[in-house]
Amino acid sequence: MITLTINGKITEVDTDPGTPLLWVLRDHLQLTGTKYGCGIAACGACTVHLDGRAVRSCVTPVSMASNRQVTTIEGLAETELGKVVQAAWQDVDVPQCGYCQSGQIMAATALLKENPNPSESQISAAMDGILCRCGTYNRIRAAIQTAAKTTGGAA
Amino acid sequence: MKTQMEIEKQNKVVQNPSRRNFLKETSALVGGLVIGFYLPIKGGRAYAAEAPHQQGQPAKPVYPPNAFIRIAPDDSITIVINKSEMGQGVYTSLAMLIAEELEADWSRISVESAPVASVYNHTAFGMQMTGGSTSIKSSWEQMRRVGASARMLLVRAAAESWAVPVGECRAENGMVFHDASGQQASYGTLSDVAATLPLPDSVVLKSPGNFKIIGKPMKRLDTPAKIDGSAQFGIDVYLPDMLTVVIARSPVFGGKVKSFDATEARKVAGVQGVYQVPTGIAVAATGFWPARTARDLLKIEWDEGPGAAISTARMRKKYLALAKKPGAAARKNGNTVTGFKKAHKSVSAEYEVPYLAHAAMEPLNVVVDLKPDHCSIWTGTQAQTMDRNMAAQIAMLDPDQVAIHTTFLGGGFGRRANPRSDFVKEAVQVAVEIGKPIKVVWTREDDMQGGNYRPMWSDHIVAGIARNGKPVAWKHTIVGQSITAGTSFENFMVHNGVDVTSVEGASDLPYMIPNLLVDLHSPENEVPVQWWRSVGHSHTAFVVETMIDELAHLAKKDPVAYRLAILPAKSRCRGVLKLAAEKAGWGKTKWPAGHACGVAVHKSFDSYVAEIAEVSLQGGKIRVHRVVAAVDCGMVVNPDGIQQQIESAIAYGLSAALHGAITLENGRVMQSNFHDYAPLKFSEMPQVEVHIVASSEPPSGIGEPGLPPIAPAVANAVFKLRGKRLRRMPFDKERFA
Repeated sequence: MITLTINGKITEVDTDPGTPLLWVLRDHLQLTGTKYGCGIAACGACTVHLDGRAVRSCVTPVSMASNRQVTTIEGLAETELGKVVQAAWQDVDVPQCGYCQSGQIMAATALLKENPNPSESQISAAMDGILCRCGTYNRIRAAIQTAAKTTGGAA
Repeated sequence: MKTQMEIEKQNKVVQNPSRRNFLKETSALVGGLVIGFYLPIKGGRAYAAEAPHQQGQPAKPVYPPNAFIRIAPDDSITIVINKSEMGQGVYTSLAMLIAEELEADWSRISVESAPVASVYNHTAFGMQMTGGSTSIKSSWEQMRRVGASARMLLVRAAAESWAVPVGECRAENGMVFHDASGQQASYGTLSDVAATLPLPDSVVLKSPGNFKIIGKPMKRLDTPAKIDGSAQFGIDVYLPDMLTVVIARSPVFGGKVKSFDATEARKVAGVQGVYQVPTGIAVAATGFWPARTARDLLKIEWDEGPGAAISTARMRKKYLALAKKPGAAARKNGNTVTGFKKAHKSVSAEYEVPYLAHAAMEPLNVVVDLKPDHCSIWTGTQAQTMDRNMAAQIAMLDPDQVAIHTTFLGGGFGRRANPRSDFVKEAVQVAVEIGKPIKVVWTREDDMQGGNYRPMWSDHIVAGIARNGKPVAWKHTIVGQSITAGTSFENFMVHNGVDVTSVEGASDLPYMIPNLLVDLHSPENEVPVQWWRSVGHSHTAFVVETMIDELAHLAKKDPVAYRLAILPAKSRCRGVLKLAAEKAGWGKTKWPAGHACGVAVHKSFDSYVAEIAEVSLQGGKIRVHRVVAAVDCGMVVNPDGIQQQIESAIAYGLSAALHGAITLENGRVMQSNFHDYAPLKFSEMPQVEVHIVASSEPPSGIGEPGLPPIAPAVANAVFKLRGKRLRRMPFDKERFA
C-alpha cells in the first residue's frame, strides 16, 4: 500500500511502487484531468505539482510521491493562484482540442508561483516542453501574462 | 421594436422541402420541444423520416429520436451537435447558427454530442462524419432552419395561448412577447405546447443584417470543461470491470503473427489475459501500466510479408523517376508542347515531401462494451456511421444495435476519420475475444508507428514564361499513393485514374496559364495512408506557390504584384493577397536586418488564404517571427474561431514544414515519439495576425485552409535571405551557409 496526498486528500493505493504516478491518478483514482501524451516526459500533458513544483507524472514512480503533496488539475482551483490562472485561461479562451491544457495550466501555475512576473523569454523557457498540436501557444502566453497582471506580480 | 411579421417581410423565406421531411417528437425524458430536421442531399434524394422501407415491412422509425434542440421547462436549451469537436470549435459555431434563428438566450445554451443516427448525417456526405472543413458550410442553412422552425413553433404556441395573432408576437432572447397586451412567456414555459403544434410549411431565415450572434466573436462553450480537467476524452472513459488493452502490432505494415510466447507477459501483476487478434497480440490488464509492461515482454515472431522491403530512401528514387514520366491526366489546358516552344525562359524543379503522422496529443483509444445483443462504443471519432457499421459487422449485430458515444477528440486532423475504421474495428475484434468491457489504448509509439499517414509525395514541375514574364506553359507531374483507393470513397473520389485528393490545389491552381498539364502517378505499397489536415493541399500549395515565386523571380517581378498580374480578375485569391500585403506592409516596411518576408496564397475547401511569413536564419535554423494571414471564408460565423483555426493551421503546418518526417527502413518506421517526430514548440510559434475579408458569400471551410500557404511562404522568405530554393520538406534537413 502506498499512501498519497492528492489535492489535500489522503488516499491509499495498492500498486507496484514503480507504477508511474500518471497511471495511479488515472486508472486507480479516475482523476482523468491529467493526460497521457507520450510516456517519456517529452510532451508535458501529464504535468502535475509535487510539493508545488511541476513534474511529469508519466515518468514519476508513484513511490516518489508518497508523503508529498500532489496537486492535479482537479485540485488546482483550491489555491488562489490556480483560480487566477484558470480565470485567465477562460478570459483568453485558450483551449482548442483541450487535451494538453491541463498540463499547460499546471506548468503555467508552477511558473507563476516561482516567478510571479515572468518575462517573455522566461515564459518561453518554462513552457517550451509542453506540446500543443492545435497551436494555442500564443494564447497560452497571453493567458500567463493576464494572470501575472491579475496577481500584480505578487503570486 | 420590429414585430416578427415585419422582420419576416424583409427576410428570406425558405420553403421547407416537404412536411414529410420533418420529424418532431416530444421527449418524455426531458419534456419540452424536440425538433429534428432533414435536408435533401446532393442528387435530389431526400432523407426520409423513416428508415428505408424493407419490402413487405412497415416503415421503421429512425432510432434514436432525431433531434437538435431540447428546451427544458427551466428555460435551459440543449443543442445536440452532430459534428465531432476536435478543437475546431464546432460545438460553439453550430450552436451559434441555431441560437441565432431561435432567438435564444445564449447564456442558457449548452451542447451535447449526437448519437449515431441518420438524422445526424452530414448533409452532403450522406453519413455522420466530420471532415473536409465542411461543418459550417454543410450546416449553415440546415441549422438555421432548425432554429427558425423551433422559434416559429414557440411564437405560435404563445399566440394561441394568448389568443392573439401570430404576427403581433415577437421572439427575443428566449422569450416571446406580445407588446400590445404586454404579455410575455419564456421558451421553457411554451415548449410543451409548441411540441404539440404542426411544423411550419416554410421557415423564414434572417438576413445577415439582422444577425445578433452570427459574426460576433463568441467564447467557446467547451472552454470551462477544458480548463478544469472535467472534459471527457475517449481515454477518460472508465466502465465498471473494464480492462485496459495494449496491443503488439506488426513492426512491418501488413505483417502477421507467426508465433508468440506470452510466458513473461502473463507474470506481470494485473494481467488478465493475452489474446491473439487479427492485428497482433492483445494484452488485457487491470490498467494501462501492467498492460503496457506485459505487452513489451511478449516474444513474437512475425511473418512480415512484402512490407519488410519498404525503404523510403528507395521510394524516393522510384518516385523521382516516375515524376519524369507521363501519368494519368488530371487537367489539360492548351498544348504544353507548343507552349514550351513559345517560352522565353523556363525552369524545372523537383519537390519531395515525406510521410507525416497526425500525432494528435491524445493517442488513439476506444472503449467497447459488447453484450450479446448490443455494443456500446466510446471514442473520439470523426466518422460515426462508418465506425458503427464496421463495429456491427465485426460483432455480427445490426447497425441499430451499436451505439457510438462521441467524446471530445484530443485532436483529430483527419486521423480519427479512418476510411477502414481501423481503430474501432480492432477494438471490437478485441472485445469479441475478451468478453468484458475493454479500453484499447495505443501508446504514443503505437500511434506514431501505426501508419495511416499523409502520403509521401514527389512532384516535378517544368514551367515557362513568355517575354512579358507571364507563364505560358506549365507541366506538373505528381507521384504519391492514393488515399481513397480501396476504400468506400474510391467510387466518387477517383476518376480516370486520378484521385482528386492527390491533385487538389494543383489541378485547380488559380493562375492563368494557357498551356497546362497536371498528371498523376499513384504507386501502391503496404503503408496505409490517410487524409491529414488539408489533405492534398498540404503538398500542392508548397510546390505550386514556390514555383510561382520562382517564375516571379525569373520575370524580375515582385512576388505579390506578379501573382496579381496572373490571377483572373474575379479570383478571390486577389482579395486575400492584397489584404495580407497591405497589413504586412509589403514593399513598404523595412524588415529588421537579417529578416525577409515570403508570400503564398492558396484556395482550399472553398476558402482563400494568403500568408506572409517574416523569417530569419539563426544559427543555420529557420526562425519564423511573424505571420500575417488574410482569409476569405465567406460569411463569418465566429471570428474568434477563425482566428484560432488560422493560428492552429499555421502551427500544424510549420511543424511539418520545419520538422516533420516519417521514414521507413526495412519496413520499419524510424520515428517513435515526440523526441524524433517533433511538433512545433512554444518557443518556435510565430506571432500570428489574422485579417478577414468581408464577404457575403456563403461560409466555407476554416479548419484546414490556413495550413497550405505556410510552408511555401516560409520557403519563399528563405529564398530571399539565401537565394536558395527549398524544395524538400522538412526544411530543418537543409543546411544554410
